Amino acid sequence: MGIVSPGFSGRRRSGSELPPGQYLTRDFPVLSAGPTPHIRTEHWEFTVTTETGEATKWDWAALLALPADEITKDIHCVTRWSKLETNWKGVSLDTLLADVETSADYALVHSYGGYTTNVPMDDLLDGQAWIAYEYDGEPIDPEHGGPARLLVPHLYFWKSAKWVRGLVLSDNQDLGFWETAGYHEYGDPWKEQRYAGD
Amino acid sequence: MTTDASYLDGNAAAGALSQVFAMDVTAAITQCNGCGQTGVFAESHVYVNAPGLVARCSGCDGVLLRVVTTPSDVYLDLRGLTYLRLPNP
Ligand SMILES: [Zn+2]
Repeated sequence: MGIVSPGFSGRRRSGSELPPGQYLTRDFPVLSAGPTPHIRTEHWEFTVTTETGEATKWDWAALLALPADEITKDIHCVTRWSKLETNWKGVSLDTLLADVETSADYALVHSYGGYTTNVPMDDLLDGQAWIAYEYDGEPIDPEHGGPARLLVPHLYFWKSAKWVRGLVLSDNQDLGFWETAGYHEYGDPWKEQRYAGD
Repeated sequence: MTTDASYLDGNAAAGALSQVFAMDVTAAITQCNGCGQTGVFAESHVYVNAPGLVARCSGCDGVLLRVVTTPSDVYLDLRGLTYLRLPNP
């Protein structure tokens, strides 16, 4: 019969779902700029330091005790792959920052292993960013940033720092690892902000 | 995909560095600004499955140099090196 109705093949994957210059991938490429840290959850700690120097810390048990969201989002890597409808579980930064007193405009995200990336506070709040600790219903593999990574999926995925260990909040925008070496300070995939000046 | 031990040796940086240097940097002697280790650049650990190329010290894993190639420019960050010693031709 050979008659195929696209309407019955599941959700359509038209090019219009992808930001400009991206291609669709089904696997989950591992990008790394250094050795993979293997952080045991009993040693894991997440610290938010405000512009006045006040630090708030969570250990693994404290993170898991917070209300968590199930998150399904498309992710877009600056190396041009995109992956649709990825499933995560994690704690919203709205929840983590609820009792942190700050009027800072910027955050520098720090990771175990020394990686950093800068994100405006406006992009970390209002249901746009999480500290994720499960991927597809399982603990996140160290290769993909476990035990916990930042998830800020509306920006290029280098902003979703693997092995996250804290935020340093500031009134000034200090640039992160890739942003100091030619990558765009903001990184909106829909505006194709790959490199400085894009 | 390879995950751990996902680095190559310093020769993997030859192409990217030849965009910038007239001499072959892989044979250069480098000193790490982090731990002070001195060695041949070719023995550094080079990560290429990333938005840019990152060469790390085989002693302390500190960043020795980074190369980002954009459509219009090459960015070279050498902050991690105390020096790069090349033979005087
Ligand atoms: Zn070193």
